[in-house]
Amino acid sequence: MDRVIFGDNQFFGINHSSDEKARAQAIKFKTNEAVKAVLDIVVEEGINTFMCTTHDRMIGIGEMIRRDKRYLDFKIYPCMPYAHKYANAVTELGIMGTIKHYLPGNIISTLTKGGLAFVKKDFISMMELMVDAEMKMFREISTPVIFIQNVITDLLLGLGMTDFLVGFHNYIRERYNAEPGYITMNLPLLLDTLEKAGIENPIICASINKAGFRMSGGKANYEKVIAQKRCRLIAMQIFAAGTIPYKEAIEYVCEMDGIESVLFGASSRVNIKNSIETIKTYNRVREERAAIE
Amino acid sequence: MIRTGIIGLGKMGISHCAILGAHQDINLVAVCDASSLVLEAFKKHSKYQCFSDYKRMIDSTELDAIVIASPTRFHDEMVSYALEKGLHVFCEKPFSLEYAKGKELAKRAKQLNLVNQVGYHNRFIGTFIEMKRLLKGGVIGPVYHFLAESYGPVVLKESNSTWRSKPAEGGGCLYDYASHTIDLVNFLLGRPVKVSGTQLKMVFSKNVEDAVYATLTLESGISGQLSVNWSDETHRKMNTRITAIGKRGQLIADATELKIYVTAENSTLNLEKGWTIKNITELAGNVNFYLRGEEYSAQIDYFINAIKSKSVENKSSFENACQTDQLISMLQADGAGNY
Repeated sequence: MDRVIFGDNQFFGINHSSDEKARAQAIKFKTNEAVKAVLDIVVEEGINTFMCTTHDRMIGIGEMIRRDKRYLDFKIYPCMPYAHKYANAVTELGIMGTIKHYLPGNIISTLTKGGLAFVKKDFISMMELMVDAEMKMFREISTPVIFIQNVITDLLLGLGMTDFLVGFHNYIRERYNAEPGYITMNLPLLLDTLEKAGIENPIICASINKAGFRMSGGKANYEKVIAQKRCRLIAMQIFAAGTIPYKEAIEYVCEMDGIESVLFGASSRVNIKNSIETIKTYNRVREERAAIE
Repeated sequence: MIRTGIIGLGKMGISHCAILGAHQDINLVAVCDASSLVLEAFKKHSKYQCFSDYKRMIDSTELDAIVIASPTRFHDEMVSYALEKGLHVFCEKPFSLEYAKGKELAKRAKQLNLVNQVGYHNRFIGTFIEMKRLLKGGVIGPVYHFLAESYGPVVLKESNSTWRSKPAEGGGCLYDYASHTIDLVNFLLGRPVKVSGTQLKMVFSKNVEDAVYATLTLESGISGQLSVNWSDETHRKMNTRITAIGKRGQLIADATELKIYVTAENSTLNLEKGWTIKNITELAGNVNFYLRGEEYSAQIDYFINAIKSKSVENKSSFENACQTDQLISMLQADGAGNY
């Protein structure tokens, strides 16, 4: 995985420190063209991995990426599902209604024939169909790592339904020839659980920041687990939603041994450039120190 | 370990179930749901005992505590059954569709010395807790007005397929959304006791209100506005915001930040004149397991601690919840002619 990965929260009105900022971003990125313009900057600045949720908007943005020659080396790490879409649907349509609504067209007939009995027979297959439905928007785009969103990873983790985490792992490797990844807010527990299920050295994306924000069970526990290097780790929320000064924030994750990649999102060329430069600076500091040692 | 069961594996129930399952002090023993589809998934892929009849679950599994997250119309009988069997009860909001019955249950829980809590999770969000602390410290002087708002994208087109679109079953934006907003007003500013000018608006639904606008008056005499709409797609998810306006400043809180404006420096509370912004990143307490928000784990931690310390007084008690239920029925009555 690349050392620096670009994230998508700013594009879809997600901001964990301010609803007002989130709304301002939603207005700024109203059009797919506005999102693409920022991605163009990202590509120009040499970042080639974009980690993004399977938001409906990605259908149009994916189309623009496919048509643009500058994006030949560009990789997307899809994160599925965009949970609010389904959560709101469950409130409105119920669970069965949601399944019917979102499954790909060819399965509707199977559902009508087999109905409930079909669904009950094999939940893992249902999950696989949902993965396929979400992956459609990325056709012809390189997707070497495919993630489950934290709300689903952590839900399955709490429910003890490890079968689905393993099922996802197997399916992504077999069907997409890609690496499965897990986003989580509970890194230590997830890693223990995956290892017990026989998944070694998984790709995990977790909240890691100097403030200890969304590091469940505490920062000290996370630091201990990270140092053990039992997984390929992407650090997200490194700025704790913009509340840690960015140099301090980047220094914390770049200095830490055991983090493979750093994920960040930004909306302007200045911020993108500054973040990349700062990450590079602290990478160099660490490499030089490692060389001396 | 506290032996716990859960009734109802819908959207809230399944989320509670994961939090209970990951909790170090809880032994989640059994789950109960009416949907054969959901139960089948639990039978195949979880380690919990599965029931479709809640009475059978309670009678056969020797529980200490129960979490009830069924559709609202079942709350009364389920809570009552659980209390009579000596279980500590955590019940989802809204508590009861008939506040008189709810009051009986609140009284009964107290008599039996059982922990009773309702899932008004906003009471466990750092920004609102800090707002309450500042209000108590009098930072904005006497409050003379408030604005309590919740908006989100639940019903965005015509349809009536679930219990949430049926008034008799606790459907509608009053029960689902406004209950949170009203409970927060009660938590932060005091109990609302009077309503007027209620407008219940159907935007897409045919049988229930999708929006409610009203004036609330608190026990203290302070009045303010309630503005709630679950058919608002300008919000990505439910947003709740409380604004308190005082003689010497304003406080505006939502789940992500608290904005403070004071007309003069406050050295005791370390506030400069003018604006101070506090974010949830500094105000959220760390939890051992995170799912959807610290507050969901924090409220379960609180429930478990109350059981361990045998404390019947609760930050989000049945009694508090009944006050919200009562206010909802007042809004229904006041707005009845205004549909």
